[in-house]
Amino acid sequence: MPKQIILAAHFPGVNNTTVWSDPRAGSQIDFDSFEYLARTAERGLFDFFFLAEGLRLREQRGLIHDLDVVGRPDTITVLTALAAVTEHLGLAGTLNATYHEPYELARQLATLDHLSGGRAAWNVVTSPGAFFGENFRRGGFLDHADRYVRAGEFIETARKLWDSDGGDFAIRNSQFDIEGRFGAPRSPQGHPIILQAGDSDGGRELAAKHSDAIFSRHHQIDDARRFYRDVKDRLAKYGRTEDSLKIIPGVSYVLGDSDADAQEKAHHIRRQQVSPQTAILLLEQLWNTDLSGYDAEGPLPDIDPVLDEDDTIIKGRAGMYPDRLKTAAEWRARAEAKNLSIRELVIEVTGRQNFIGTAARVAEQLDEYVQTDACDGFILVSHLTPAGLDDFVDQVVPLLQERGVFRTAYSGTTLRENLGLA
Amino acid sequence: MTVQLAVALNGDSFDAGHWIRQVRLADEAGLDFVTFEDRFGRHGPDAVQVAARVAPLTRHVGLVPVATTTHTEPFHLSTALATLDWVSRGRAGWQVRISTDPAEAALLGRRRPLPVEDLLAEAGDAIEVVRRLWDSWEDDAIIKDVATGRYIDRDRLHYIDFAGAHFSVKGPSIVPRPPQGQPVVAALAHGPQVWDALDADVFFVTPADADDAARIVGRIVPEKKIFADLTVGGHVPGDAATFNGTPGQLADLIQSWWTVSGVDGFRLRVGDVADITEGLVPELRRRGLFQPSAHTTLRERLGLPVAVNRYAARPEEIPVA
Repeated sequence: MPKQIILAAHFPGVNNTTVWSDPRAGSQIDFDSFEYLARTAERGLFDFFFLAEGLRLREQRGLIHDLDVVGRPDTITVLTALAAVTEHLGLAGTLNATYHEPYELARQLATLDHLSGGRAAWNVVTSPGAFFGENFRRGGFLDHADRYVRAGEFIETARKLWDSDGGDFAIRNSQFDIEGRFGAPRSPQGHPIILQAGDSDGGRELAAKHSDAIFSRHHQIDDARRFYRDVKDRLAKYGRTEDSLKIIPGVSYVLGDSDADAQEKAHHIRRQQVSPQTAILLLEQLWNTDLSGYDAEGPLPDIDPVLDEDDTIIKGRAGMYPDRLKTAAEWRARAEAKNLSIRELVIEVTGRQNFIGTAARVAEQLDEYVQTDACDGFILVSHLTPAGLDDFVDQVVPLLQERGVFRTAYSGTTLRENLGLA
Repeated sequence: MTVQLAVALNGDSFDAGHWIRQVRLADEAGLDFVTFEDRFGRHGPDAVQVAARVAPLTRHVGLVPVATTTHTEPFHLSTALATLDWVSRGRAGWQVRISTDPAEAALLGRRRPLPVEDLLAEAGDAIEVVRRLWDSWEDDAIIKDVATGRYIDRDRLHYIDFAGAHFSVKGPSIVPRPPQGQPVVAALAHGPQVWDALDADVFFVTPADADDAARIVGRIVPEKKIFADLTVGGHVPGDAATFNGTPGQLADLIQSWWTVSGVDGFRLRVGDVADITEGLVPELRRRGLFQPSAHTTLRERLGLPVAVNRYAARPEEIPVA
């Protein structure tokens, strides 16, 4: 039997992927939008729904970023409410290990797992730095170097609490010194599913040791295969089998009546995602300096990026450019070679959709990725809230089912069972 | 004027079906709100999540979970309760609780609990932060202005810049202002150290009898809504008066307390919501003492004023020099 594809639905988030300017775009906060996408995902027999977390609004040039979607709900509260309007769908969310504490968070995840009948999943992230800390008691206490220590010990601590079956515990490690009675009996999954998104060596090792799934960023097929091999090869030393850790990149797609139609749609969406103002803002994230005096329809700046990683122009978003000078040189060369404006260049080099074509072509490509071990499935990131996955569910899911690589009914009752991790 | 009715649920069930059945009974009977007891270390689910779990399956009843201010992050409290207001479409409340128990502190790895007066001061700060964060987005902050490419008008978002003895919070919230503007804040108050200190909309008080209730009402500022707590069918002595008897006798007691004291309503601590929806509620309706509200938000049901945003520019109110 061929590998079975894992599918998840990412609620559109607070970056320029989400097109709010489209007349079809719905509310980013009304519960109706969350319910609609969750029901769509469940109609498509998806494994889980995914929601990211906000701890502070993003800022650029010292001001609240106003060009993208701003604002979102509290993760665990919305996921718990979605348990009321779905029956099988996994409910996954990002919850930060820096600004939550293990007892409270493990209790919330156990509560979600109980109240959803075994559908809870937790994407573990950490946030060093003072920016988020300004909204919390402890401030920016976590050093960059300690982020995986914190994450690892947090996960180990949470697992001990879940294993206590509601009973007494005492835990002491470098991050936590806690004891008492947990109070939540063992939940349907035992442990909620743990996802992790780190990509550095430390992040990969953390995932190999602790996680059930990785929310990866590797899209290009050869790169994705290397990542897949690298991570799966790390499992043996922790006594784990290769199928005990699922690798699921976040991807976007565009469907069309023909491949050319899909390409045209994709370009239109890219122009929606990169307004002239957004083009300048995205360029500033690489250049790390105020470029508001530049014309988005004009050429790239001839000045060099500012190399101050302690005081970046954008705050509240993970660093994306490890070598600013090199990337800037590549962008300039590309713009000059093809005579591209700032906006045209940014459209080309940032966030292009991963799968573009007819439903048949997209289904074929997704299947190729999974069968050739570039990944085990996909977290689909659509550009439209909340109806952006309708076409995928209506057109691509049936083709994946025909290929025998996607379920025709939910087989398990818990997310862990549906993911093949039980 | 009719009496307002709430129930306090103190269940420890992790079964969603149990909570759905209980809260639907309250919803169908037209009760004004349900409170969900909670504290760290107890056997039982997180109360905010229980409220969120039943929110999409109920339509009218207010949902008021207990959440403690002692070991928690005010930012998370504010966003969780704002989100409860979104998922319930304007029916969220919050019963503030402090924790004096060293065992609860140990669960969170925190220092020994502070003296009660400090914990109350910290709760006061937490309420202030939570309320400021709810107001940190003006209602019309999302503009979706395609011409300028702007999703929000950042001038309608506000840093709250709170700095207190126990925490400081910058803001703004990550959650747009909730449907009620300010979800309803409530607190159990055994005396003036709570009702004079905390910026709550509703106080649950524990009079021994009708005259005691009247004395308490006389001591609390008139803008506050006052609910008398009564334990129904309980045999264990506690902080609230206990009632054992027929639904008719309970209706008599509520009628006399209400008439004598001027409390706005009653919060009945019950083991099962059916204990009051089957006998007491029809009896009070027959007497014309209770009438389910037609309002859709909890603030409206309780007769609380529209929550004016503290940060919104109101030119007509700028004093003329």
